[in-house]
Amino acid sequence: MEHIRTPKVENVHMIDRLTPRKSTAGTLYLSSTHTIFVENSEARKETWVLHSLVYNVERLPTNPSGSPLLIRCKNFHVYRLLIPQEKDCLDVLASLTRLSRPECYGELFCFSFNPNLDKELREKAWGFIDLKAEFSRMGIPSNLWHVTAANHEYRLCETYPSELFVPKSAFPAVIVGSAKFRSRGRLPVLSYFHRDTSASICRSSQPLSGFSARSADDEQMLHAIMKSNPVSELMYVVDTRPKLNAMANRATGKGYENEDHYTNIKLQFVGIENIHVMRSSQQKLVDVGELPAPSMSDFLWGLENSGWLKHIKAVLDAGVFIAKAVAEDGVSVLVHCSDGWDRTAQACSLASVLLDPYYRTIKGLMVLIEKDWVSFGHKFSHRYAHLDGDPKEVSPVMDQFLECVWQLMQQFPCAFEFNERFLIQLHTHIYSCQYGNFIGNCQKERRDLRLQERTHSLWPHLWENRAEYTNPLYRTDHSQTQGVLKPLTTAYCFKFWKGMYGHADKSVASHQSPADCLNAVREESQQLEEELSAHQEVPRETDAGQETCPTEGEENFRGEEEDQQAV
Amino acid sequence: MEFAELIKTPRVDGVVLHRPFMPTVEGTLCLTGHHLILSSRQDNTEELWLLHANIDSIEKRFVGSLGTIIVKCKDLRVIQLDIPGMEECLNIANSIEALSTLDSVSLMYPFFYRPLFEVIEDGWQLFVAEESFKDLESMTDEWRLSEVNKDFRVCPSYPSFLTVPKDIDDESLCKAASFRHGGRFPVLSYYHKKNGMVMMRAAQPLIGTNGRRCKEDEKLINATLCAGKRGYIIDTRTIAVAQQAKARGGGFEQEANYPQWRRIHKAIERSNVLQDSLIKLVEACNDQSHSMDRWLSKLEASNWQSNVKEILTTACLAAQCIDREGASVLVHGTEGTDSTLQVTSLAQIILDPTCRTIRGFEALIEREWLQAGHPFQQRCAQSAYSNGKPRSEAPVFLLFLDCVWQILRQFPCSFQFNENLLIMLFEHAYASQFGTFLGNCVAERVKLQLSQKTVSLWSWVNRPQELQRFLNPLYEPNNLVIWPSVAPQSLLLWEGVFLRWNRSTKCLDEACQEMVHIIEYNKELQNKVNSLRRQLAQLETEDGPLQTP
Repeated sequence: MEHIRTPKVENVHMIDRLTPRKSTAGTLYLSSTHTIFVENSEARKETWVLHSLVYNVERLPTNPSGSPLLIRCKNFHVYRLLIPQEKDCLDVLASLTRLSRPECYGELFCFSFNPNLDKELREKAWGFIDLKAEFSRMGIPSNLWHVTAANHEYRLCETYPSELFVPKSAFPAVIVGSAKFRSRGRLPVLSYFHRDTSASICRSSQPLSGFSARSADDEQMLHAIMKSNPVSELMYVVDTRPKLNAMANRATGKGYENEDHYTNIKLQFVGIENIHVMRSSQQKLVDVGELPAPSMSDFLWGLENSGWLKHIKAVLDAGVFIAKAVAEDGVSVLVHCSDGWDRTAQACSLASVLLDPYYRTIKGLMVLIEKDWVSFGHKFSHRYAHLDGDPKEVSPVMDQFLECVWQLMQQFPCAFEFNERFLIQLHTHIYSCQYGNFIGNCQKERRDLRLQERTHSLWPHLWENRAEYTNPLYRTDHSQTQGVLKPLTTAYCFKFWKGMYGHADKSVASHQSPADCLNAVREESQQLEEELSAHQEVPRETDAGQETCPTEGEENFRGEEEDQQAV
Repeated sequence: MEFAELIKTPRVDGVVLHRPFMPTVEGTLCLTGHHLILSSRQDNTEELWLLHANIDSIEKRFVGSLGTIIVKCKDLRVIQLDIPGMEECLNIANSIEALSTLDSVSLMYPFFYRPLFEVIEDGWQLFVAEESFKDLESMTDEWRLSEVNKDFRVCPSYPSFLTVPKDIDDESLCKAASFRHGGRFPVLSYYHKKNGMVMMRAAQPLIGTNGRRCKEDEKLINATLCAGKRGYIIDTRTIAVAQQAKARGGGFEQEANYPQWRRIHKAIERSNVLQDSLIKLVEACNDQSHSMDRWLSKLEASNWQSNVKEILTTACLAAQCIDREGASVLVHGTEGTDSTLQVTSLAQIILDPTCRTIRGFEALIEREWLQAGHPFQQRCAQSAYSNGKPRSEAPVFLLFLDCVWQILRQFPCSFQFNENLLIMLFEHAYASQFGTFLGNCVAERVKLQLSQKTVSLWSWVNRPQELQRFLNPLYEPNNLVIWPSVAPQSLLLWEGVFLRWNRSTKCLDEACQEMVHIIEYNKELQNKVNSLRRQLAQLETEDGPLQTP
């Protein structure tokens, strides 16, 4: 509370950017966690802005009507306030600036957020996603893969999970040796196993190869991975960096695998740019959204100039390459970049979405994020600026992954159980610090922070509200739901994500959403089904009925068929 | 003339056809007077049945004695025919070229086409001016239907019947006509029932360099204003272009002579610029090797999306003046047959829910495009692959359809029809078995006796069997004015037309199917529940013996 200089300012105006006349008057409150704007109107409409979602606060020059204050949020919402007194404006500015930049973990919202769950429920909630169960869903452990205790207590690699899946044929010494030959000890381990072809996706950081160094253990490790796919005599190493960047790393004793030293590997660069390029690209994209009354040329030129869609395409292309290698060629792939926690996470998780229908479900996407991002040490707190820290560590890595999934949804409207809102909600919570899931930079850090005891998990909360996040067009038996997705990645297939970047303006918001409309229809259908079954009447089954409603409801109808005469 | 003279080789065997997303087919190629047909020899089914009129341009290539003809269609499809034999290939190419560029309208396919369906409701009789005037009469008595243009003498591009203010007599109309480009004096385009405001359209006034004026013209448009109210003149051209028009005898309404009107200039491009824009856009869409940067910069350079934005913005402005400002509006550009009609027709879609039904949309096209004298024949003579010097080709109507699609996308529940109807109209405007889009104005259509000699597109579209394809499952009649967003990020490339042949739509089509299923299932349930409720109610009242519902 000590950071709040003025808890309440009256006669503040919230300004609509496109139609400034349509501003609303109200009172502004600052709490320790939120900025709250309450309209003076009859409805007393409230707007709540979480401090941890504030990206920056900017004061514009004072004009006769007051001091304008611009609050930009990490989820790209922008609020424009007009505060009558300059002094109040300065106070709000100073308070918000401090409140939106917590200096230590303890200040984060998740440690004070209390949704009134008892202890037992909270602990149970943290078990909602079980990665062991996920690996066993893939068929792991198997006769070729097993779990190793090598990283117990994070001895081998601080940023990896404590449980790692490796080829059975890799001896402990090989594992340790390979870790020593990889940047930050991030050795090659299993990320995804494709049952249909026995090919796997493994991940690591770059090898410490420099210009000539080699490691027999690392070479054996890769050989072991290749051999864990009995039918294949080849393995791809996908370096997700542009080749030039990878080469430059050799000068610092890092780099990429020398194809001559490893048995039957094929090295492939896929050219995803580094976090700094991505950060500035997204900033340019956001700037385009803030242009006042842009012409079509301004917009398209800005879109091109930002390079954003080019980067999205590069990330998706990497995923497509890996998925194709695994599903069509039946070849295992080792994916790495520099540290193996940004581009590697993007490429592995996207390939998994393309390969496995499970990851296109609501629960499946949670599992995937928990596995490829949270457990494998994607640096959430650094990348999403949870704490006031080095701005060079910030980068929209996860934004890009979510956007790639969204781009896929545009091409395969029936393939995903979740909708756009789910992705946007995930995006918000990655930044919001309301739940403990994304706090910290790796599993060890989260354990040390005792997050499971002190904070709540996002996943059960999203799961309870899954009706809101459901794509009405999704059906488990639909052809798009099955098998591997093969998206087109021609330039014209990529679109500006209006739902994410376009909502700086109210007027740009979608007027009618077919999905919402269909969800309403489906909900009504469900009620009608219930009413019908209450009347113990069996609907005559038509093709449409069978296809759209393979739910438990239908079984109920069948069950009650014998009682039909009773009416 | 006999078509046979143009067909030296009517039939070639062993021709290989390549089409987007379909396996190649080998078969026999046949040329008839109006069609290019390819049937595979296996089962004698036609694999391709293409109207010559749909062919925009062709390219020939030879490798040894194997010739290849690339056929580029007006619907933007590109197909390839491999024809064995140099002579055959040349003959076929020459014939296609000749047959696809026939000058005489009366040789067009609609004059030869005999429908395989029974015409139940003749589309030629569907939209009669007298009928729509009756609707207007039920709302207001301030207008009359004038027959001043009965023989198309006053204005060759107007229909015979025109709706004008009651107090303006035919003589004044003639004088006003002589003051407007092409005789297109101000006439009623739309009456806004909600507040009685109107939208008029015309061509530019002929004020010339010495500032001519015409009292009758002033009186005519002032007659549409309520006492003490101001109106808006929306000139679809920039002020600079409108100024330049004075030198050629045209111009715009001078404030001094029209004190009750406020003039607003917009910047809708002229037709030759639009044609260039279309060519560039399609070129960009057809090159799949583009990097992201190149694609976006080509899309931007085509200016197509800018054109869409400008047209929609102007239409919104017109609608805003009428609905929000409560003012009447006069719209014109230069000739009043292109940008003017884009604006007046789109404004009606925004304002009038009737125009968002299938019938209403057909009526709108009939009223604001066909009868209003948009020169379809000239504008749609060539499409995006025209390589000769453009004459008067321009995708004016296609841009209108694109704008409708943008609104439809933003209000997916407010239209009774779907995207397919718009795509179908695009196709038929450029090449069709129906006579609807032949000719440039009503006078020409009367002269060609289209209603006697050809079948109307509407006769076909309105058949219940066909209509199915064009229905929007999400439609919920909505009586409100719908305000589309014209922000650049709200306007998308119309993939259904421009990427139609470049990527498979299987997954998107499946999604549409799925929507239909969900909604049909819901309707079915509703019917069942309702009938059950009725039965229950009957049982509960215990009114004697049970009656069958």
